[in-house]
Amino acid sequence: MFSDVRLVAAKDLRIEFRSRVTVSQVVPFAGLVLVLFGFALDANRPVLETATSGLFWVTVMFVATMAVQRSTAIETNDGARRALLLAGIEPAAVFLGKLIAVAVQLLVVEVVLVAGVVVLYDARIESWALLLSTCLVATIGIAAAGSVLGALVAGVRARETVLPILLLPVLAPVLIGATRAFDDALGSVAVDGWAWLGLLAGFGAINVVLGALAYGVLLEET
Amino acid sequence: MTHLGYLLAGWGLTIGSGVLYSAHLIRRGRTLAARVPTPRRRWMTADDQ
Amino acid sequence: MTKPMAGDSIEQSPVGRRVSTGSRATFWLGAVVALGVLTLILLGFFGAPEDDQQQDAVRMIFVHVPSAILTYIAFGATALGSVMWLWKRSVWWDLVAHSAAEIGVIFCGLTLATGSIWGRPTWNTYWDWGDVRLVTTLILFLIMVGYLSVRSMGDDDATATRAAIVGLIAAVNLPIVNRSVEWWFDRTLHQQSSLTDGNLEDLTLFTLVFGIVVWILFFAWAMIHRFRVGWLERELRTGDLDEAIAARRAEALIDSQPQNGASS
Repeated sequence: MFSDVRLVAAKDLRIEFRSRVTVSQVVPFAGLVLVLFGFALDANRPVLETATSGLFWVTVMFVATMAVQRSTAIETNDGARRALLLAGIEPAAVFLGKLIAVAVQLLVVEVVLVAGVVVLYDARIESWALLLSTCLVATIGIAAAGSVLGALVAGVRARETVLPILLLPVLAPVLIGATRAFDDALGSVAVDGWAWLGLLAGFGAINVVLGALAYGVLLEET
Repeated sequence: MTHLGYLLAGWGLTIGSGVLYSAHLIRRGRTLAARVPTPRRRWMTADDQ
Repeated sequence: MTKPMAGDSIEQSPVGRRVSTGSRATFWLGAVVALGVLTLILLGFFGAPEDDQQQDAVRMIFVHVPSAILTYIAFGATALGSVMWLWKRSVWWDLVAHSAAEIGVIFCGLTLATGSIWGRPTWNTYWDWGDVRLVTTLILFLIMVGYLSVRSMGDDDATATRAAIVGLIAAVNLPIVNRSVEWWFDRTLHQQSSLTDGNLEDLTLFTLVFGIVVWILFFAWAMIHRFRVGWLERELRTGDLDEAIAARRAEALIDSQPQNGASS
């Protein structure tokens, strides 16, 4: 099971690395969003400081949608979804492998974004532990919800537009929780970031389990 | 009555939506029923319940 | 109403001359609902007293609360129907899930709209981000709009499975959504549950409960019709196929029998 997970994750990441889309397109997109927000908010330093957490995670949401689309397209475009089943890999392993691949890509983007907000928004990081933990835990939840919904829309006509409609409301708790945790980590608001981290962990756990169970049904029947 | 505008808006929206949706359902039902051949016009007692 | 002419294939139904998804039962149910709505209007506007602080704006409660309760009943039915479809592949339950989702989205939208309209004169704001129930209901609304969106993309079993999983995802994630919004702000403008408070005047309480009953009856009426509409759509889709298969089988039987006067 775990070797299968590693297999699928390595395959997705290898494809991603070779195409260099993440590095050459997604990361610049994320940076661009940060810059655009700077323009939109009139380079107003106090406002940018207050808004940093929110802007960070909204950007991650958009990048996540792109990452999930690409993750699903790897199999869908070549009609290879059946091949995954026929290869004898357990659907749950496929799910976890793809989840890990999406999560790794998101973490790469988040590293760049952290550097971005430090440089562009003058963010001062009070608690690196909380910041990094939040990134990790929230990303797993995002990747889990994203991967299962990505598989869900895989066979559907207008899948590029319907995926955000499904994914973003489901990710609302992550947006709320990760933003509050970041506020604490950046020292801008007095909230208990670690409590929010617990909620994020709960979200992640629930959606990983749900995804593992639902993935088989989706692969076989849709 | 105070706030009458808000009350009319809220109640009107609710009841209006109900009436419109009901009319829509009935019309849709009639159109479909006319298209389905008679032997197949059954409901609520499916074989695979 | 036109008289059926010779050659018409329109059948008599218990109600009127056109065939519909209605029946004698739904006719009377609908009549009761209509009567109930009229009574509710009278009670709500002229019977129940105004509030000390909100004055007449409190009368919004008679449309807002029943809509909210129906939203949860409807989406509960969708969640249950989704599970039953995934578990037993029950077409009946799948139709229940779809019908309840459509009705539920309408009620949910009305809950949000009436709540928003109510909020303006009462708290001087159309929207309050600090209101847990309001924000959770909004997220629920968005997810279920997504459910209907997935449903509209096809009418086969695969679509039913996809929608059922969206329904499951919604049901499973909703407590977390609620908890996260609850923690988000400690205060809420939303008035505490009036029903359990016991602070309502007698006539107000009666009118409120009356309103809930009328809404539930409407839900039953709408579900019956919407279910039958869904059933008919399914019959149209699969019926042609079944007929074609039967016709092909009959053809095959004829082909396999020796023909009269056929030359070999």
